[in-house]
Amino acid sequence: MAAAGRLDADGTTVSETRLWHFHGGLKLDSRTARPASEPLLEIPVPPRLVLPLSQHVGQQAEAVVSPGERVLRGQPIARPSGYVAAKVHASSSGTVVAVEDHPVPHPSGLAAPCIIIETDGLDEPWEGYEALEDFNALDGMELRARVRAAGVVGLGGAAFPTAVKLGAGAGLKMLILNGAECEPYICCDEVLLKERPEEVLAGAQVLLRALEIDRCCIAIEEDKPLAKQALQAAVAAVGDTRIEVVSVPAIYPEGGERQLIKVLTGEEVPARGLPPDIGYLCHNVGTAAAVARAVLRGEPLISRIVTVTGAGVARPRNLQVRLGTPIASLVAACGGYTDEAQHLLMGGAMMGFPLPDDSVPVVKATNCIVVATAEDIQPRAPAMPCIRCGECAEVCPAQLLPQQLYWHAHAGELDRLDEYHLFDCIECGCCDVVCPSQLPLTQYFRYAKTELWARDRDRARSDLARDRFESRRARIEAEQETRRRRLEEKTRAANAARGDEDARKAMIDEALERVQARRDDDRADEGK
Amino acid sequence: MISAILVIAGLAALFGLALGFAAVRFRTEGDPVADRIDALLPQTQCGQCSFAGCRPYAEAIAAGEVDINRCPPGGEATIRALADLLERDPKPLDPESGELKARTVAVIDEPLCIGCTLCIQACPVDAILGAGKQMHTVIASECTGCELCVAPCPVDCIAMVEEPVTPRTWKWPRPGDSMPTEQR
Repeated sequence: MAAAGRLDADGTTVSETRLWHFHGGLKLDSRTARPASEPLLEIPVPPRLVLPLSQHVGQQAEAVVSPGERVLRGQPIARPSGYVAAKVHASSSGTVVAVEDHPVPHPSGLAAPCIIIETDGLDEPWEGYEALEDFNALDGMELRARVRAAGVVGLGGAAFPTAVKLGAGAGLKMLILNGAECEPYICCDEVLLKERPEEVLAGAQVLLRALEIDRCCIAIEEDKPLAKQALQAAVAAVGDTRIEVVSVPAIYPEGGERQLIKVLTGEEVPARGLPPDIGYLCHNVGTAAAVARAVLRGEPLISRIVTVTGAGVARPRNLQVRLGTPIASLVAACGGYTDEAQHLLMGGAMMGFPLPDDSVPVVKATNCIVVATAEDIQPRAPAMPCIRCGECAEVCPAQLLPQQLYWHAHAGELDRLDEYHLFDCIECGCCDVVCPSQLPLTQYFRYAKTELWARDRDRARSDLARDRFESRRARIEAEQETRRRRLEEKTRAANAARGDEDARKAMIDEALERVQARRDDDRADEGK
Repeated sequence: MISAILVIAGLAALFGLALGFAAVRFRTEGDPVADRIDALLPQTQCGQCSFAGCRPYAEAIAAGEVDINRCPPGGEATIRALADLLERDPKPLDPESGELKARTVAVIDEPLCIGCTLCIQACPVDAILGAGKQMHTVIASECTGCELCVAPCPVDCIAMVEEPVTPRTWKWPRPGDSMPTEQR
């Protein structure tokens, strides 16, 4: 944003700011699928909550409660086991019935350790948190500690622990709040901005204080005028001139932080770098609201907004849901399945993944549930050979060469993929959409990434095994060496004592004593 | 004629000195080829290649004494990597060494353990914890799945268990020609 905006009649800054474009991207028709006009509905606490220990990027949390224990709403039930980790809190009061494996929302459809709580309907709050009178009295470190204690993670979908991101460093130029939901179907941020803009705003102020900077830009896509109006009204009411609301064109995948930073500032985050390297920090608007609740009201992250949509659900809408609620309860709150319902997806239509069934719980990263029909999800036409048309490179928002990546991934030359920056791929799926040969490009990139990670893990393990093998060998050699030396010494002593009958006798007696002592020891052991 | 002989002899002496100096000055410790081969081996230390560990096998390969297809835990990937490194043709795994298997971890049925320490002595990576007449246990994260502890156990209380796949270790499948359903 080059120029500051002019002042509108009501005092709000209207963005007449200069915007840039990111490379590639697609214009997707999304308005029809977004149920943003329906008001937000808070659904009741379900009888059973399933809270996975791993709801974030980084190390899995460690359970601190055991079956049979009574827990209260907001009570910590799992603690972080490392720096990049987040706490898990009980979403409502009840009794822990199990800490066991349960299917979780993950592309693998596998089960993972979860804490299962049978709720008692009382929703009794835990008394461990205090509201804050004046957040300006705390410094960045203390604010971060409050965010960390509340288990806040990025709510845009990636679920990276927010407190870790806030520790990114000093000297930032601007905080960017990302309200650019670009995927068709997803509109949980839009509804939040429409219904609770003051919460996002308070979050922005807290984050500015925590980062000790004084510039914040909230980006909203231009096809969400109501959300923008609501937010602008809230900014005007508060009169905070540090915060600016900017409309950005609706191009998929603008919600990616690198793409959004490029659009707003014209600057590019370097390939192996992070936004703070060039002075920006990006948070989702939902995360900002969660930060506000955590810091100001002392509320841990126990609920979030989820978009439930698709032709397979009777009344698509946005729901305020406790974490751990099974997907089935969400669908029921939206009028249940229609006859056409066939598939469940978590995330949007572009980047989402299928869910095995509706028993999996809502987690911190669940922004959208799509109940798709058979018509929505059709088998891809058979893949044809790549004709090197270059369409994929045209649309790639990360400026990669998808065809080249595909070529090497297909040939199994995974080592070469790093040269083509595979790990900069954001898996947006733009290349899949435009590929005239219907190649499942993103699928190849996902496969290659997980395969390379697995190889890294294997390498780390084999390095460890090598170290242990070598040190064992060294130890055994050292032991043998001492034994040999001791034997040598004894032989020498024995040779020296050959002439001396008394010394010889003393040595024999000593050896006999030693044997006797050992025998006694053994007998004593057996007696036990 | 004489001068030519002298010049050649002088040059020979000069190069001889230079090479002799370089051999001392730039001497490399150990065998770099064996190191690079060792880096590619899975470090299971199982001995299925008939050598007492991965390092000895790497040294034997570097010396050209054995073939590159005798490492069952490494499987095809290791054979291919070795073939690339040594510029040879990859070949199928030698069936005499063993067969391809999923990665496993040793698990001791602890109530049955009599504390004989035989498995501890057999473990090439010190991944078993215990002492004489005390119960033993396997440190799962250090176990390479070499199975060397299974045979020495006098009470057969060690089982090899396949590692379960978790969401963290799960891998996306390689897209086949017949792709599963995908969103429009």
